[in-house]
Amino acid sequence: MTIRKSTAMIAAITMLAVGACAKKAPDTLPPAPEGTGTDTGAGTGTGVVPGSQEDFLASVGAMGDRVFFDYDQYNVDAQDQATLQTQSQWLQRNPAVRVTLEGHADERGTRDYNIALGERRANAAKNYLASLGVDPSRIQVISYGKERPAEIGSTEEAYAKNRRAVTVVIGR
Amino acid sequence: MTLVRYLMAGVLATASLPAIAQDQSTAQPQPTIQLPQPEGPRESITGTLSNERTVIAIPALATSSVQNVAGLRTDSLGRQIAEVIAADLERSGLYDPMGPSGIPAISRTEVQAPRFAEWQARNAENVVHGFVDASGTGGLVVGCYLYDTALGSELVRKGFEIQPGDWRRAAHKCADAIYSRLSGEAPFFDSRVAYIAESGPKGNRIKRLAIMDSDGGNHRFITNGQALAISPRFSPDYKKIVYVSYLNNRVRVFIYDVAAGSQKLVTESSNATFAPRWSPDGTQILYSMAVNGNTDIYRISANGGTPVRLTSTPGIDVGGSFSPDGKKIVFESDRSGGQQIYTMNIDGSNQQRISFGGGRAATPEWSPRGDLIAFTRMGGGEFRVGVMTPSGGGVRMLTNSWQDEAPTWSPNGRVIQFFRTTPGREGKSSLWQVDLTGVNMRRLPTPQDGSDPSWGPVLP
Repeated sequence: MTIRKSTAMIAAITMLAVGACAKKAPDTLPPAPEGTGTDTGAGTGTGVVPGSQEDFLASVGAMGDRVFFDYDQYNVDAQDQATLQTQSQWLQRNPAVRVTLEGHADERGTRDYNIALGERRANAAKNYLASLGVDPSRIQVISYGKERPAEIGSTEEAYAKNRRAVTVVIGR
Repeated sequence: MTLVRYLMAGVLATASLPAIAQDQSTAQPQPTIQLPQPEGPRESITGTLSNERTVIAIPALATSSVQNVAGLRTDSLGRQIAEVIAADLERSGLYDPMGPSGIPAISRTEVQAPRFAEWQARNAENVVHGFVDASGTGGLVVGCYLYDTALGSELVRKGFEIQPGDWRRAAHKCADAIYSRLSGEAPFFDSRVAYIAESGPKGNRIKRLAIMDSDGGNHRFITNGQALAISPRFSPDYKKIVYVSYLNNRVRVFIYDVAAGSQKLVTESSNATFAPRWSPDGTQILYSMAVNGNTDIYRISANGGTPVRLTSTPGIDVGGSFSPDGKKIVFESDRSGGQQIYTMNIDGSNQQRISFGGGRAATPEWSPRGDLIAFTRMGGGEFRVGVMTPSGGGVRMLTNSWQDEAPTWSPNGRVIQFFRTTPGREGKSSLWQVDLTGVNMRRLPTPQDGSDPSWGPVLP
C-alpha cells in the first residue's frame, strides 16, 4: 500500500509540473518508482490481470488510451498531455510492459501521405511519453494511415475521432 | 504465356497487299488523330456515347473446322475473341463496336474476302474479320484483319499461334492492332494491372494483393488477406510486384515474385518503409521511410544493397515516380505547408516545386510517354485526378467525384486508371479508367471492391 501511495503522489506532482508549463515537457522528471514489478493496485479484486490491456484501460479510462489531432496536425496539445500523463503513470507502475503507439489519419488524405502523417502523430505521442520518463525502447510505433478508422463515416465528427494516436499494450 | 507471332507467309498470305503495319511492334506509328475534346459539363457526358465514334462491325471469328482444343471449341472461341475485341474498343471510348451479337456470322472464306457492301449497308465504317483454327500441335492459330468498308481495303492484320489458355491475349493483341491503326496511338490493351482487392467492414478492411488483365480478365488473388496489403506496383517485366505489407504488424516494402510465390524485403530496417515504385528499367526501387516521424525518399537497387537518401527536409517527402528516361523523379512534399508536387534528379539534386494553386496536390505519376504527370488534387474535401506537364503547366482535371485517388498510366500514356471512393458508412472503393479527354470514363470490373491500381507495360 505504501508503494502505491507514493506512486500516486509522484504522479500527481508530475501532472502539476507539466500542467504549469503548457506544451513544453518538464526539464527534469521525478525518477520512476523503483523495485515495482507490476502495479498491484488498480486491477486487484476485479479479475483483471495487472499489466494487461484491460488493466491499462481500467486505469486510464474510456478513450484514455488515445489522443486526438487536428486536421493534418500532429502537435500534442494540453488535453493530449493530460491523457499521456495518465498513461505514463500506468506505464511507470508497470515498467515491464511494452506498448504499441498506433498512428491514424482520417480519410481526407491520400494513402501514402496518411501513413507518413500517422507516423508523425504516433511519434509525437511517443516522444511526449518519453519526456515523462517512459523508456522509449518500451514503445514501438506503427502507422495505419487511413486504413483503420475508429469511427466509420464521412463526417467531421468521425474524422475527429479517427485522427488519433492509440496506446495499445502488447505484453512484456 | 508465350505468344508466338505466327508466320504470316502462307497462312495469312494474300495478293498484292501494301506493306501496311505487318508488324507494328517495330515501328511506333505517329499520332495522326486528335482525341475529341470534352464539351460542356463533364458530369453529364461521363459514361455516355460521343456521336463521333467510328462504327466497327466485329462478327464472330470464323473457323475452318470446329475442333476441340484443350476443352475449348474453336467456334466458341471465335465468338469470345470477337467479344473481347469489341469490349476493348468500346472501353477506349473512341469506337462504337457492333457485334458479334446481332450481326451475321461469317464463313472462313469471307475472312479475306469481306462482303463490303453488306457491312456498309449496316453503317459500319470498318469491319474486323478473323479466324480461329486448331494448330495441329495442341495450340490455336488466331488471325484478325481490319478492313475499311468504303475503300474495300485491308488496313491491318495480325496472326498468332498460341497456347489455348492465351486466347484472351490474342484478342487483346488484335484489339491493339486495330486501335493503333485507327487512332495512331501506341497499343495498350495487352497489358496487366496489379491492385488491392478490398472486402469486409470499413473499420477492419481485408486488403489483398491481386492481378488481372487490363480489362479485368484472368483475375487472380495473390495474398490471402491475413496481412493488410497496399500500394502494389508491377515490375516492368511483370515478374515481380513491389508493395507494402503489414505482415507481423510492421509497415514494410516487399518484393513479391509472381512465379515463385515468395517475397523478400526491399531493405532491412526497423523503420516503416512504404510508397514503393520501380525505375523504368526495373533495376531500382524508390521508397519512403519514416524515421522518428520524419519521412524521406530513398532509392535502392532492386537486388538490395545500400539505400541512397534523396530528400532531407523536415517535412513529409513521400511517394515518387521516375520519368520514363529514368533521369528524374516526381514526388510529393509538404515542406511548404500542404502537400505539393516536386521534381528532382535521381541523385536528389535540383528539387523544384512544380504544382501551385488550387489546393493540395499528391500522388504524382509520370506518364510513360514523358509528356504529362498525373496527380490527385485535394481541395474542398474532395479528391480529383488530373494531369499537368512536367514543369507544372497545363493543369487539366479529368474527374469530378468525391474521392478519386492514385492515378496510374496506361502503357501508351493516353488512359489513366485510378480508384474512386464513395462517402459514408457504406462507402465503397472501385477501379475506374478515363482517357485524357476526361470524357470516356469506365468502371473496371473486379470481383470485390478495388483500390491502388498499378498498370504495367504492353506485353511483348
